[in-house]
Amino acid sequence: MIKTNKNTPKNIILSLENVSISYGTFEAVRNVFCNFKKGNITSLIGPSGCGKSTVLRSLNRMNDLIPNCSLKGTVLFDGTNIYDKRVDPVEVRRRIGMVFQQPNPFPKSIYENIAFGARINGFTGDMDELVESSLRKAALWDECKDKLNDSGYSLSGGQQQRLCIARTIAIEPEIILMDEPCSALDPISTLKIEETMHELKKNYTIIIVTHNMQQALRVSDMTAFFNAIEYEDGDGGKVGYLAEFNSTKKIFNSPKEKITQEYISGKFG
Amino acid sequence: MNSLYYQKRLSRNIGDKFFTSLSVICALIAILPLIFLVTYILIKGGSQITPELFTLEPNPPGDDLDAGGINPALVGTLIITTIASIIAIPVGVGGGIYLAEYSKGGAFSRFIRFGVNVLAGVPSIIAGVFIYALIVSTKILFGSMYSGLAGGMALSILMLPTVIKTTDEGLKLVPNELRYASLGIGASMYTTILKVTLPSAFRSIATGVVLGIARAAGETAPLIFTALFSYYYIIGFGDLFYEMGSLAVLIYNFALEPYDAQNKLAWAASFILVLSILSVNIFSRILAAFTEKTKRV
Repeated sequence: MIKTNKNTPKNIILSLENVSISYGTFEAVRNVFCNFKKGNITSLIGPSGCGKSTVLRSLNRMNDLIPNCSLKGTVLFDGTNIYDKRVDPVEVRRRIGMVFQQPNPFPKSIYENIAFGARINGFTGDMDELVESSLRKAALWDECKDKLNDSGYSLSGGQQQRLCIARTIAIEPEIILMDEPCSALDPISTLKIEETMHELKKNYTIIIVTHNMQQALRVSDMTAFFNAIEYEDGDGGKVGYLAEFNSTKKIFNSPKEKITQEYISGKFG
Repeated sequence: MNSLYYQKRLSRNIGDKFFTSLSVICALIAILPLIFLVTYILIKGGSQITPELFTLEPNPPGDDLDAGGINPALVGTLIITTIASIIAIPVGVGGGIYLAEYSKGGAFSRFIRFGVNVLAGVPSIIAGVFIYALIVSTKILFGSMYSGLAGGMALSILMLPTVIKTTDEGLKLVPNELRYASLGIGASMYTTILKVTLPSAFRSIATGVVLGIARAAGETAPLIFTALFSYYYIIGFGDLFYEMGSLAVLIYNFALEPYDAQNKLAWAASFILVLSILSVNIFSRILAAFTEKTKRV
């Protein structure tokens, strides 16, 4: 029997309670318990196929878009299980925004890219101001203030990714999920995105999936290490699980689990 | 040791040359009918084009001196195709959206896809007979029998599969990342489709619609059973409920007449029909190019 804890501490914004996610009959992750703190940057690391992206996508119900994907357990956000039947996934995604692996601006102008999300969320204030402040927060304003009417595609890859971040900020979410936001970018753009994330930390909670352990070390306060192993009752395939979850310092300096130690020292992955 | 230089006489190189030229020849033969057909019609029909052609009613066969014009048929084709588009485009685009965006590949959507393919293969004359049985012979449309409205319905059946298929395929080409982007910032499915996916697929959908229109505009068989033919000007809304002429049926009727004047009129009508279908196709290209440009602004 799963207990839902309605009295989560104030600083916990999102918590996973015994979450298992499957694609059809294939189980991707099993029995994840995890609490994300408000105002923190939490990074999810782990080898390929350990289900960290799956977990991330489950946090704002993007998994709904993948056929056959099902979730057991509870994801508590703001005291509500977002997988409750009465919950509207659209509303969840308005409060938990997402930035994807590949920069994916809309085929519209830079201005419209940001205004689009705000407008559909019923924003009625000064749109010019919102566009400017969002771009400033994403550290993109200086680079594109003179070409707001140019297509979003005219920007470089790193700029496009920051545009996508600005677009997410513009809907003023409480949490921003980032799925390997820098994996398609060069080191300089990566650095800029990381600076942006440090700025954003003041106002938002960020959860980021990354393959780059140095990045996890640089940007995050907390780190969750996922691993995949074969279960005896499984069909032979590897199933992901949360191996260790602690402050980033502890994970990288004195991990409790041997497997974490091996992963961060590059023995596998 | 074989030399690294290219050797003409090597059997693989000879075979390669042979098949390359064979495919070039086949490609040329494939394009020949189009070239001949268009030039023939341009020569035969182009010489018959006069200003009166566009303004006069056709004269009944027998008056060998002057066959008149094709005004009612030209206007009729426009009206019938418009009616067909009004029916087929919303239904077709809507159906395509369902298939590409909402359906999850279940039995229902597979059934629809299969049905659309079958419908695309239905001979056009069957569409005509179907509407004849459903609308014309039952006089269900306010007691009218043969009518432009019935003709439009028959043509819409022929347009429908093309529109559904191209919408479905056009939407599937839109990268999923774009949908995720929109849904990820809290857009509903409806907003995402209307504001993001559909505009991105506009080009392929427009091309499909235009192809559907072009196909429908040239159809004769379904119109013989439904719109029939008329010699008289279309003057008002009420004419929708009566027999209506069209270029295709005019060609069919007049090309078979023993009189030279009528035959010439049929050639002129062929010229106009081919030219307008060609220009509709070219228009779709310009449209596509235009939307491409505005996207990059």
